[in-house]
Amino acid sequence: MLRELLILSRGGQGGVTASRILASAAALEGRWAQAIPEFGAERRGAIVRSYLRLSDKRILRHSSVRRPEGVVVFSSRILELIDVDKVIPVDSTVLVNSSVRPRLGGRVVYSVDATGIALKLGLVIAGWPVVNTAMASAAARVFNIASLDSIVGALGEYFRGKLLEVNVEAAKIAWGEVA
Amino acid sequence: MKVKVLMGNTAVAEAVRMADVDVVSAYPITPQTIIVERIADMVERGELKARYVRVESEHSALAVVYGASASGARVFTATSSHGLLYMYEMLWWVANSRLPIVMAVVTRAIGPPWNIHSDHQDALTVRDAGWIIGFASSVEEAFDMTLQAYRVGEDRRVLLPVMVSLDGFTLSHTSEPVRLPEESEVREWLPPREPLPFKLEPGSYFSVGNLGPDEVTMELRWYVWRAMERAKHVIREVSVDYARRFDRSTHSLVEEFKTGDARYLVVLAGAWSGDAMEAADMLRDEGYPVGVARLRYIRPFPAEELRELATSVRAVLVIDRAVSMGHMGVIAGDLVATTRGKVVVKNIIAGLGGVDMGPEDFKSIIKGFVEEYESGALDSWFYTEWYMPWVRGR
Repeated sequence: MLRELLILSRGGQGGVTASRILASAAALEGRWAQAIPEFGAERRGAIVRSYLRLSDKRILRHSSVRRPEGVVVFSSRILELIDVDKVIPVDSTVLVNSSVRPRLGGRVVYSVDATGIALKLGLVIAGWPVVNTAMASAAARVFNIASLDSIVGALGEYFRGKLLEVNVEAAKIAWGEVA
Repeated sequence: MKVKVLMGNTAVAEAVRMADVDVVSAYPITPQTIIVERIADMVERGELKARYVRVESEHSALAVVYGASASGARVFTATSSHGLLYMYEMLWWVANSRLPIVMAVVTRAIGPPWNIHSDHQDALTVRDAGWIIGFASSVEEAFDMTLQAYRVGEDRRVLLPVMVSLDGFTLSHTSEPVRLPEESEVREWLPPREPLPFKLEPGSYFSVGNLGPDEVTMELRWYVWRAMERAKHVIREVSVDYARRFDRSTHSLVEEFKTGDARYLVVLAGAWSGDAMEAADMLRDEGYPVGVARLRYIRPFPAEELRELATSVRAVLVIDRAVSMGHMGVIAGDLVATTRGKVVVKNIIAGLGGVDMGPEDFKSIIKGFVEEYESGALDSWFYTEWYMPWVRGR
């Protein structure tokens, strides 16, 4: 079965990398995955969309995701900047990076304080808390994309050394805390 | 064989590394830049022992590998859109000099307005020069086609440059699983380039590309022509050999999708072909006997395969992402010439400037085409229409 997710992040937050980590984790479990960034004139701070597709068999399509069953939001501020009803389908499940769980109409909402986790671990680059691994891990759990082991395995393809250790820690904490 | 999730651009760079190229020239342009950046990393880390030449323009990027290839080296460069157009003059020098250069073209619209998204106008605009032009439809195929390009281009029966086209962003920046062969297996399958009978090197001199009699110009073009004809055969051979060796499906010039019992045929190329195949699948569930022929190569044009496929159906729909202004879609024009009026052809121009085309779009286009044919409305031999659902009346 084909599953389609949307990741909303701000340029520099690592939303694209998160979708790639999730694709790698799913592939480690023998499934097919696609991580698609939508590029335009985005720059640091702008809202960036990226897509994740998952399936048991090879995915043929390469177009953008139009009706995601799940939406991952990297900052609750994004919810104030977009037309929520236009971007996030009413029957979709939403995961938000936030210390408090926001209400989004009738949608099922999960949250995780990925910013708090990043700050606690000192995962800050150029003044920005790096939330992508925590969000990828929380999304993997909420949307049943891959196991924590596979997330950790996938992180090894993207980070090395000390940075890998800290990101693995962030992933573990987020996996445990998301609710 | 291990499976790794790679971006299209990274997959191409990985294939270049495994092909063990000697010289790479690099000039950046979105959405291609990541390919040459990745290769720079590989050279820096010593994973690829190649001479990496940074140049000041695309014209020079091709000129550098032209010289290197003439001296017998295996070479690579990559570009896109305006960069490819800036190479235009050199494309012809390379082709007429019969140098097996491999170049990735990450397809992107040509401005104005400035647009970084994919259509096929850049790659198809240069189709007459004498380059073999392939179109990948997945990240894995971009990897495969890059390796195959060296075997095809360097084959003695061919000796032509090869362009590996992959759609900007929809393939270049999309990550998908790739079944990566072992490097040792690739080295065995793709041995070093055969030494030339002559060599451009310090101390030995002869002229290349000098002024010649008119007849020589024409003969050279005739040699390119014959090499292109032979390239069809070599591509078929290499595709099958690669598929057998690395456990892939054996598509050569054309990938056929449910064409066996099809009454209607959809023809297209590139990353959006998968969306069209999904649409054909949905339509089959609704009782429409639709098949898809995806062109893996536009030059040489797979005339034999297409003639056979097209003349065994009621009507053909060609969906083009590039136009020959004043005539029709580029692939449609070629297909119409190939089928010589023996079958009704409808042509749709879509997805220019990277306009997103999903399975639902293809479904509505294909369904409309079948219904039009069955109601007797497609009475002439070809039509070109533009698919722009956001404009009223289109």
